[in-house]
Amino acid sequence: MSLPAAADPGVGAALEPPAATGRPRGYGRYALGKVAGSLASLGFVLVVNFFLFRVLPGDPARTLGRGRFTTDEQLDAFNETYGLDQPLPQQFLTFLGNTLTGDLGVSLRYRVPVSELIWDRLWPTLMLVGTATLFAALIGIWLGVHAAWRRGGPLDRISTSASLTVYSMPEWWLGLLLIAALSVGIGPLPGLFPTGGLRSVDADPSSLAGVLDTAWHLTLPVFTLTLAYLADYALVMRSSLLDEIGEDYLTTARAKGLRDKVVRNRHAVPNALLPTTTVVALNFGFVVAGAITVETVFSIPGLGLLATEALEVPDYWVLQGVFLVASAAVIVANLAANLLYGLLDPRVRT
Amino acid sequence: MTGLLRIEDLSVTYRTEEGDVPAVRGVDLAVDAGEVLGIAGESGSGKSTLASTVLRLQPSSARVSGSVRVDGSDVLTMRWGELRALRWAGASIVFQGAQHSLNPVRRVGTQIAEPLRVHDPRATDDTVTSRVGELLEQVGLPAARAAAYPHQLSGGQRQRVMIAMALACRPALVLADEPTTALDVMVQAQVLALLSGLVRELGVGMVLISHDLSVLADMCDRIAVMYAGRVVEQGPAAEVFEASLHPYAGALSAAFPRVGDPAARFAPAGLPGDPPDPRYLPSGCSFAPRCSRAVDACREQVPPLEEKRPGHAAACIRVGEP
Repeated sequence: MSLPAAADPGVGAALEPPAATGRPRGYGRYALGKVAGSLASLGFVLVVNFFLFRVLPGDPARTLGRGRFTTDEQLDAFNETYGLDQPLPQQFLTFLGNTLTGDLGVSLRYRVPVSELIWDRLWPTLMLVGTATLFAALIGIWLGVHAAWRRGGPLDRISTSASLTVYSMPEWWLGLLLIAALSVGIGPLPGLFPTGGLRSVDADPSSLAGVLDTAWHLTLPVFTLTLAYLADYALVMRSSLLDEIGEDYLTTARAKGLRDKVVRNRHAVPNALLPTTTVVALNFGFVVAGAITVETVFSIPGLGLLATEALEVPDYWVLQGVFLVASAAVIVANLAANLLYGLLDPRVRT
Repeated sequence: MTGLLRIEDLSVTYRTEEGDVPAVRGVDLAVDAGEVLGIAGESGSGKSTLASTVLRLQPSSARVSGSVRVDGSDVLTMRWGELRALRWAGASIVFQGAQHSLNPVRRVGTQIAEPLRVHDPRATDDTVTSRVGELLEQVGLPAARAAAYPHQLSGGQRQRVMIAMALACRPALVLADEPTTALDVMVQAQVLALLSGLVRELGVGMVLISHDLSVLADMCDRIAVMYAGRVVEQGPAAEVFEASLHPYAGALSAAFPRVGDPAARFAPAGLPGDPPDPRYLPSGCSFAPRCSRAVDACREQVPPLEEKRPGHAAACIRVGEP
């Protein structure tokens, strides 16, 4: 057999102008565009974040005084400390400069820098949400694929009705039920899991026992969130695979003599993964701040709990920082979804 | 005699919620090695169902009876392993590549290589790559186009890829299911010329399915005309096109005016009415309601497919009558 790998460029040129067929150039340009778009959104969020807190009704100094008697000197001192006596444009420039250098102000309640506070609270949230998302995506995609491929079969009927049931439950309610059943214990059943928190009082977080202790504490909240997301992903994956099942290219794949499993995994699933990827990535962005209810139910010291605590004070600088991080998470997740999408589907990057 | 493809008394019925839909009703067809058989008919006449049944690709809701034998072995009853081995290596299909028959997220080279690897697990990357390049050049595309995705190719180029893919495992039988639908007229001509050239050159048997009788007349040895799931006329290609026996074949042939025939320009031929709903077929000849030559006897019993001239059969009782 001869080696015709060296193509005759004349033939190609005659047929069609040489199109970009390689991944690097097409994808590089696509990715750059998406990154630029995300940076622009981030800038917009910064502006909104600043002015949103400035147009809120009420004077921070008076609100914090809770109606108790405060002297004008005290109010002025407060405003001066936090730069609230400056004109608005000046405040905005200071805010921009500080934010870009990582200075998000100091918490009124904890008296520590907000950036430190957020950093400490970010990892429990990421651990909780990240683990739950990973499990939910893996199990949900598996369920969705198998339910759709054998539509109307036993797995499809069970998984679809179970998904709809779980999908319609508020996650905090599910969490409370699980605490009641597995932490408090029912009748003779002892409580198997802690009711909340991230670690036992006496645990050393750097030892293996401490890591296992944290895993034990996180089991129920992760399980709750996994169930909550799982249903969503299973339903999305099922319906997008059902959309592909009638497609002609699957008949082509079957006609080639491929096994049913290969037709499914190599041809149908890669096409059906596109919508699910978007949903999983976007959801991940939203829940960085949106795991509030589950964090509250299980007393996990994460970003969500930090936000609810800050609302009670109200701890303006903490709220401002949490909002910024939450918006950034959505933007980053969106970017990740777009980048993944570009890898999975060659059509979007040209 | 075994022959390359023997279809005997094939019936395919789709079971739906609204009742049974007969798509193919008692069809007999034969193709020998190196022979090109054309199947003509309107959409819904059962010709695509027929093609998919040859590789047992019909949906699971379809009930099939009769027999389809490729190289002597019955496709409808063989085991799954045998069937997978037959698919593409023994008989392949040229689908409408211009539409959605290629996977949009995989490179065309990978898709052409897939049957090569499936049917020869020992194939090395080098031999597969060079065979893919060879196939692409055979259909007039540069080997470098293997790296392209389907959306980066034009409709005609995608159809060429489909042809290259169908020839990958050197099958003895190729089924071309409306290979030029949705292509520009110029590109249609190119693709058809390419297909017929390759078929003659490689000596494979082919079933070419089209609604365009003039195309079939050019490319085929014999033509079978289908109407409402049955073969209503079968014979040598030129004879079916120029001197059809069945009124439906006549209408189909008249629908494509001959170049240089002034009469065709002033009296565009068309056929009134639509093909019958397969769920409620009329009694007797299914074509009778649209036929200008129908008499009462036509509506009473289904006319059998009988040889009216040597090697030329038609299912019409009015053949030879004034």
